[in-house]
Amino acid sequence: MEMVKQISIFVENTGGKLASITSILAEGGINLRAMSLADTTNYGILRIIVPDPDKAYEILTQHDIMVKTSEVIGIELDDEVGNLNKALCLLRDNGISVEYLYALNEKTSLILKTNNAELAVRVLTTGGIRVLSAKEVYAR
Amino acid sequence: MQYYQKDIECMSRNKMNALQLERLKAIVAYTYENVPMYKQKFDAIGLKPSDIQTLNDLQKIPFTVKDDLRDNYPFGLFAAPMKKIVRVHASSGTTGKPTVVGYTKNDLDVWADLIARLVVQAGGSDEDIAQIAFGYGLFTGAFGLHYGLERLGATIVPTSSGNTEKQIMLMKDFGTTLFVATPSYALHISEMMEELGYKRDDFKLRLAMLGSEGHTEEMRAVLEDKLGVLATENYGLSEVMGPGVAGECIHKCGQHIAEDCFIYEIIDPKTGEVLPDGEVGEVVITTINKEGIPVLRYRTKDISYLIDEECKCGRTNRRMAKIQGRTDDMLIIRGVNVFPSQIESVLVGLEHIAPYYQLIVTKKGYTDQLEVQVELDNAELLDSFAQLEAVEKHIQHKLQVVLGLTAKIKLMAPKSIPRTTGKAKHVIDLR
Repeated sequence: MEMVKQISIFVENTGGKLASITSILAEGGINLRAMSLADTTNYGILRIIVPDPDKAYEILTQHDIMVKTSEVIGIELDDEVGNLNKALCLLRDNGISVEYLYALNEKTSLILKTNNAELAVRVLTTGGIRVLSAKEVYAR
Repeated sequence: MQYYQKDIECMSRNKMNALQLERLKAIVAYTYENVPMYKQKFDAIGLKPSDIQTLNDLQKIPFTVKDDLRDNYPFGLFAAPMKKIVRVHASSGTTGKPTVVGYTKNDLDVWADLIARLVVQAGGSDEDIAQIAFGYGLFTGAFGLHYGLERLGATIVPTSSGNTEKQIMLMKDFGTTLFVATPSYALHISEMMEELGYKRDDFKLRLAMLGSEGHTEEMRAVLEDKLGVLATENYGLSEVMGPGVAGECIHKCGQHIAEDCFIYEIIDPKTGEVLPDGEVGEVVITTINKEGIPVLRYRTKDISYLIDEECKCGRTNRRMAKIQGRTDDMLIIRGVNVFPSQIESVLVGLEHIAPYYQLIVTKKGYTDQLEVQVELDNAELLDSFAQLEAVEKHIQHKLQVVLGLTAKIKLMAPKSIPRTTGKAKHVIDLR
């Protein structure tokens, strides 16, 4: 299964830095499907999901922006109480830890970064959680 | 070619002392007669040129400081009439008026010889293609190196500084073998070479002559590796001549001083007392055969010590150890003396960061804060904050060991610290 590629961007905590990154993406015609920004006092890491991650990677590096691509997974949950818990318990019981997660456009789809993407996909699928293909994620 | 002027470079200590004394007596008399400021300084303490009978008598003469040059701007300290001055140079003058110096024909002649010596001891010869990436202008560096390399018979490519891509293209196309730049600019060039996809083998570089600002051994190692060169350091300042005052030979164990032209003293910067060879203090230089603007006991503010041991190269002159800092760029942070060079020696060569840095000093209430900005150089770390924090902690710890104080580390995006074609500005003191 093709893994979802997420792009992590180093964002200095100086005025206008985030906007300068989003302008580069806008000028490059890159549409954001999902994003998450975590920060410390000095810098942040912006994580984005885009339809064409390779292109985004290239454009950003050309502008001397520090970028890393990593593999994440996308899942879809039925909108019922306990479903997120079910997915996370499946991972926990199989010794997989979630490093972070964030919502993908709609509240029932999530992006997860785990310490073992392949195993996580297998465990979740067998456990009845729908794992989204890369194509599906990029199209959301 | 091993020596350019062997009789001087390998002169015995006794002969050198005699030559220095003879020249010192003459220059003191010449300066007293021709420069009103010196006459006033001598008269004020009842000192006569004829009181200078031994090399130690030099200590009777009052110091000259940079402000003396500024106060006599532009030509007030010139000893020769303007008709005999054939060139002027000026220091970068970061504050107010620059300090101006003038050279007679003879001065330029001596200067070219000094540079030729410098090039030969750094391993250069008349077969080298020498690219000078110092800025041509009032600054002494470019013209100084230029005429010395020309005297030696090297092929000069006077690119000046800046326009880095073209600089690299010419370096490759012309087969440049010897390269003159500030260490900061050399680093920038090496970085640009990598970016443009060049490899070391695309160039014929073999020697780099670095000057106009200091650099640490760690920085030299990075440059030698990236550029595939033997890099030597040389020292000079416009107030006494420009480059050519002292420089390393291929053994890189201190900078050989042109003692036939300059008398070095090391003083305690607080008391002004002369220290013995080997002790660390401020470098004081007296020019002993300069006509345009002789200076007696010029306080350079550079901190170093003298080495009086035989060198493997066979030269007998004393050597000046690597400049350890400047009396005026020493930062006092929470009562601790900090030199930017100490910080550089920690940062250069550390994993995950680029060899660029800037120090920001501020005051929070009554407490000094030191922030060290470094550029992150490894995108792999972006997976987690834990990894980035580990890098910060590591740098902080290393600095703590060397400086004895805790600095705040700020990771910066690549290329966010300004690159320079001249001297780098490492310290921003906002106190």
